[in-house]
Amino acid sequence: MTASPPAPPADAAIDAVGLTKRFGDRTALDGVGFAAAAGDVLAVIGPNGAGKTTLLSLLAGIREPDAGEIHLPRGEVGFVPQQAALYRRLTVAENLRLFARLEEVADVEATVERMLEQTGLGDRRDDQAGTLSGGNQQRINIAIGLLSDPAVLLLDEPSTGLDPRQRGRLWEFVLGLAGRGTTVIFSTHNIAEAERYAGRVLVIADGQGLFDGPIAEFHAAAPAAGTEAADFESAFVRFLAERGH
Amino acid sequence: MRWLLLKDLQIMRRSPLLTALLIVYPIVIAVLIGFALSRGPDKPRVAFLNEVPADTPLNVGGEEFDLAGARSELCERIECVPVSSEEEARQKVESGDVLGALILPADLVDKLQTLAGLNPESPTVKVLVNEEDPIKAGLVDDRISALLATANLRISQEVSDVSTTYLQILLNGGDFSFLGDEGLKVLGLRESESILRDVRGELPADSPDLERLDSVIRFSHLAAENLSVAGELLSSVSQPILVDKEVVSGDTPSLDTFAIAVAATITLMFVTVLLVAGSLALEREENAFARLTRGLVSKTALLGEKILLGVVVALAVTLLMLAGLGLFVELDWGRFGLWIPAILAGGAGFAAFGAAIGGAAREVRAASLLAFMVSLPVAFLSLIPSGTVAPGLYDVISVVTAAFPFDPALRALTGALDAGGPSIGIAIVHLAILVVAYGALARVAVRRFV
Repeated sequence: MTASPPAPPADAAIDAVGLTKRFGDRTALDGVGFAAAAGDVLAVIGPNGAGKTTLLSLLAGIREPDAGEIHLPRGEVGFVPQQAALYRRLTVAENLRLFARLEEVADVEATVERMLEQTGLGDRRDDQAGTLSGGNQQRINIAIGLLSDPAVLLLDEPSTGLDPRQRGRLWEFVLGLAGRGTTVIFSTHNIAEAERYAGRVLVIADGQGLFDGPIAEFHAAAPAAGTEAADFESAFVRFLAERGH
Repeated sequence: MRWLLLKDLQIMRRSPLLTALLIVYPIVIAVLIGFALSRGPDKPRVAFLNEVPADTPLNVGGEEFDLAGARSELCERIECVPVSSEEEARQKVESGDVLGALILPADLVDKLQTLAGLNPESPTVKVLVNEEDPIKAGLVDDRISALLATANLRISQEVSDVSTTYLQILLNGGDFSFLGDEGLKVLGLRESESILRDVRGELPADSPDLERLDSVIRFSHLAAENLSVAGELLSSVSQPILVDKEVVSGDTPSLDTFAIAVAATITLMFVTVLLVAGSLALEREENAFARLTRGLVSKTALLGEKILLGVVVALAVTLLMLAGLGLFVELDWGRFGLWIPAILAGGAGFAAFGAAIGGAAREVRAASLLAFMVSLPVAFLSLIPSGTVAPGLYDVISVVTAAFPFDPALRALTGALDAGGPSIGIAIVHLAILVVAYGALARVAVRRFV
């Protein structure tokens, strides 16, 4: 942990400072920091092995950082892993009920009903989770992450494996949460998705934080390469190449 | 924790095939192994003390008995471990170095030689045994009975030949030696019959031929005496050598009880190890482990829940199995109060072991395979009685089996089922130590889950 981390912004829902994580001799994350306010949608982007999942696992409390601090002044974190983390032999309602009980929510049954309504899976409540499509499983996966009504929702590559229609429904759901004040932080390989749904991006490569700011500022930071940097993905690639990644 | 437990039971209910397999397979294996274990290995180690003075000849009925050959033959059927004193034999039996001890007394040959005489006296060989478990007890009894049956058969053959000679003399007459008096003339029954016929035809009421009549009277007297001796002689033929068996150590339960304990322990092992290992690995396969342990449940609590699940299921399945066996075999239900702690301790030991395997394997299929690969050989090793393998190897086996829950669980269950079984308290303490050790290993192993 750093000795004297800077105080987080007053309106920050989450503030991470100097996060470092090593696996043996390999440094997966090297002093990465950022802050996000309520209702922010932050995309964590970077090439494979950049440290995106490691960062989210530190924020979620799955792993302990070797250095750095995480401030969560206004509430708990909900975590949605990349692979649906639910019991496939339990029904949709049983999964929600189990995790609601473990989260010790005040009214388990009311929370389950609310989540079934939000995910639009009320008519599938008694179906075993393993029988649902990947998209529906991901909706339950996210719903489980939201059971405790967290201030910050972490999504690790949430749209992986979903078809365009399912992706559309997913982002509609997630942006609805952000609209109600939930801070959403998601990692993705899909640069276009980051540009389309996120208000801000955090760019990581080889464990180092390279950029943290609004999409428009990232466009400005990326070299024009002789033409307009209208293509966000091309700008991203050039940005990394410019910095030796 | 109770919600996790409820969840696991719900998942099991949704997998009837798995549940059926978890119950049926161990029972089938248990029955097969239980029967297989009723048979012992071929050549047990037996301490052998021969107190008969060297070069003492054995002559039965005029025929020389090959003592050296008999000993060689004996030592082909058992592994003879020569000892120099009864005390040394006793120590070896007590330590489990040998399965038993066979002591031939100094007067063995003298008494054997009397078997062909008029005052037969059966010699007694001393047998020391350590019946620390019923398999060993049965093995010792079988071996000693077989060896003595062979020896007795051979000796009785010799004695029988002598008996036949005496009977021939009684029938046909001849020379007979008695108490050093050589050349005693025996008339024989057939001859006496002939004489009697003659006398009957010739003698008047006041016959003077008293001498011939006296010889017939003498023969009648001797015939009666000889027939009496033949009766004693023939009675000694049935078992010329007697056995004085002494149990040096060990108080053994019945073989039936032991077989039930083996079957129950094997059931307990498979149900619990497979269930806990698979259930823990499933948490990772379902990607739920990270979600659960990021604040909802500690890793230690999750392991505790898995071990509790194993113990609960093990208790139910084992009691069900014992109740089923109770329909066919007499069980001491008065000891039911001891069954519960024995099953709980055994279940906890196997559950902790299963958690360590599940943590190490991380995948359900790998966990199941690993559980089989480790559990089965250890179970077999735990059933090897002392004295049936080389002492050094047995020491290694003892150390290996002590590191796994099967051996103490078997001892706990045997002790719980039968008053003659081993101490249940020591076995439970042993299992408690293993629970802590395997629990710690599992805790370390699940660190690799995320």
